[in-house]
Amino acid sequence: MKIAVLLKWVPDLVEELEVDDDGTGLDTEDLKFKLNEFDDHALEEALLLAGDDDEVIALAMGGEGSEKMLFTALAKGATRAIRLTGSSTEGTTGLATAFSQVLEAESCDLILTGVQSVDDRDGQLGPFMASKMGLPCISVVSEVSLSGQTASVMKEYAGGMMAEFEVDLPAVLGIQAARETPRYAPVSKIRQMQQTSTLEEFSITDTGTGSGSTVSGFSQPEGGSGAKMISDIEELAELLNGLGVV
Amino acid sequence: MAGTLVVCEHLAGKFSDITFEMLDLANSLGTGEINALTFGSMAENAGELGIANKVISASCSNDFNPETYSAATVAAIESTSPDLILIASTSMGYDLANPVAASLDLPLVAYCTGIQNNGEDFVCTSSLYGGKMNVSSKVSGPVVAMVLSGTHDADSGRREGAPSMSEIAAPATDGKIRFKRLIEPEPGDVDITQSEILIAVGRGIGSKDDIEVAEELAELLNADIACSRPLVDAGWMEKSRQVGKSGFKVKPKLYITLGISGAPEHIEGMKDSATIIAINSDENAPIFDVAHYGVVEDLFEVCEELIEELE
Ligand SMILES: Cc1cc2nc3c(=O)[nH]c(=O)nc-3n(C[C@H](O)[C@H](O)[C@H](O)COP(=O)(O)OP(=O)(O)OC[C@H]3O[C@@H](n4cnc5c(N)ncnc54)[C@H](O)[C@@H]3O)c2cc1C
Ligand SMILES: Nc1ncnc2c1ncn2[C@@H]1O[C@H](COP(=O)(O)O)[C@@H](O)[C@H]1O
Repeated sequence: MKIAVLLKWVPDLVEELEVDDDGTGLDTEDLKFKLNEFDDHALEEALLLAGDDDEVIALAMGGEGSEKMLFTALAKGATRAIRLTGSSTEGTTGLATAFSQVLEAESCDLILTGVQSVDDRDGQLGPFMASKMGLPCISVVSEVSLSGQTASVMKEYAGGMMAEFEVDLPAVLGIQAARETPRYAPVSKIRQMQQTSTLEEFSITDTGTGSGSTVSGFSQPEGGSGAKMISDIEELAELLNGLGVV
Repeated sequence: MAGTLVVCEHLAGKFSDITFEMLDLANSLGTGEINALTFGSMAENAGELGIANKVISASCSNDFNPETYSAATVAAIESTSPDLILIASTSMGYDLANPVAASLDLPLVAYCTGIQNNGEDFVCTSSLYGGKMNVSSKVSGPVVAMVLSGTHDADSGRREGAPSMSEIAAPATDGKIRFKRLIEPEPGDVDITQSEILIAVGRGIGSKDDIEVAEELAELLNADIACSRPLVDAGWMEKSRQVGKSGFKVKPKLYITLGISGAPEHIEGMKDSATIIAINSDENAPIFDVAHYGVVEDLFEVCEELIEELE
């Protein structure tokens, strides 16, 4: 069985975010990026699902962060790592076309994505791409088990409610949480991978672009507009007193 | 303007609040006729959808299935040609809006907190970057917009009435996805939806052992402990304590957050709390947009000093 995992490089929200000069994007100059946390869960779930004879293939768009994400995935136990090159691709439509080219060439049985990312306004890639590829998809998944050519998955709803589905493979799953906390790869192991293994490349063609909408504004919500700021502990204690909780 | 199609979400036999929020939004836009799409036997509750001019009932199972529900939605769009299609930005909505947009080649705008109708086009505002940025997209219809829960007024979207009714058959699908069962949450040792005072701990707490400081404070305030999702995923807290989109919706008298950033998925579960006090060392944390009181400081310092003061 071949299990593919899509890895995306996203801004680290711990950093201060600033709007660029055009007012239509983020100022990425001093921004730190990291692997999307849900993709880390997707990779973990793939590694847990894979048996000895199964392949886990990590996929990323070429460009910043791709080496780091892919070598880290290899250090964690992924069998192969492929970097997509050839054209820069943006928007869910373009990305779906790009990834479906490599996924079809590899004929993967199971494709895991993260449930969502923080910087994408035009839909969730997993279910979008699945539909374009004619594959079934369930997202917001927190448990997966495989038996033959079907997957049994738990999809999370509101209020702690879950639904169990059975899905025929090949399928796409949007992972919210792996069964276990994602494993950690020591820096020494990642370095070793950089020296001993190579990233494969896959050249994509004609992805087309455009999400059908254009960004017309980009702004920080009015920070602290509603909150009255308190700087002293006595004041906080008084507030609690006033609320009648102490 | 050719009107709006509101895709009504339901769970366990009831329309979800987001359904009424979307009706409220549709009503405010003045895009002409409002059609509401319901699934299975939910059409029997059409009287609650008074804002809609017409209810289209898809004959299919009451249990959500991405394949049948998206095929039915595509059929409803084809038969009513709306300019705007509103779908919930929820777990079900993810597996519904994306296939619908993909198969009809429609633009999709996700995480919408508001939509403006300019006559010629729409401006949709999306909450991105964990609630730290608002991004507006200009798009001309027909467009699929996914609406975030907790952004519109469910009460004013809930109106009694007698919309006209019609039915569509859900087109056959290839059955690659089979719904098996719904699973109720396992009850925890406390029911946080009933708590009067909650201290909610977030990733800023740093480690499982440090939750102790929150527990100490909780004891003094007679509060129960709640948490954000990452603590549950890390195995530090029980799922029954999780507040938010995939956890519980709470409305206590007092909600105190310690090291929670205020991502939209957390906010939708607690924004209706009577009083919210947020403690976070990042002054730009979006939690301060919904909090009534804020303390920009290290949570450990605040907790220790507060415990001392209260004792
Ligand atoms: C489909 C879906 C459903 C989801 N459902 C939920 C849900 O039900 N509930 C939920 O909570 N999340 C949910 N999430 C996750 C959500 O997107 C956020 O990732 C999550 O809420 C972040 O939790 P947090 O605020 O604790 O952590 P972070 O976003 O990492 O924030 C930590 C905060 O702590 C602050 N901090 C750090 N150290 C200190 C210190 N010493 N003192 C004071 N402050 C400090 C930081 O400034 C930061 O703001 C869901 C996500 C998806 C995709
Ligand atoms: N540019 C990208 N490169 C790699 N994976 C991506 C990319 N965009 C989206 N994905 C995958 O799709 C998931 C959902 O992302 P998004 O559609 O951006 O919300 C992510 O968690 C990734 O697994």
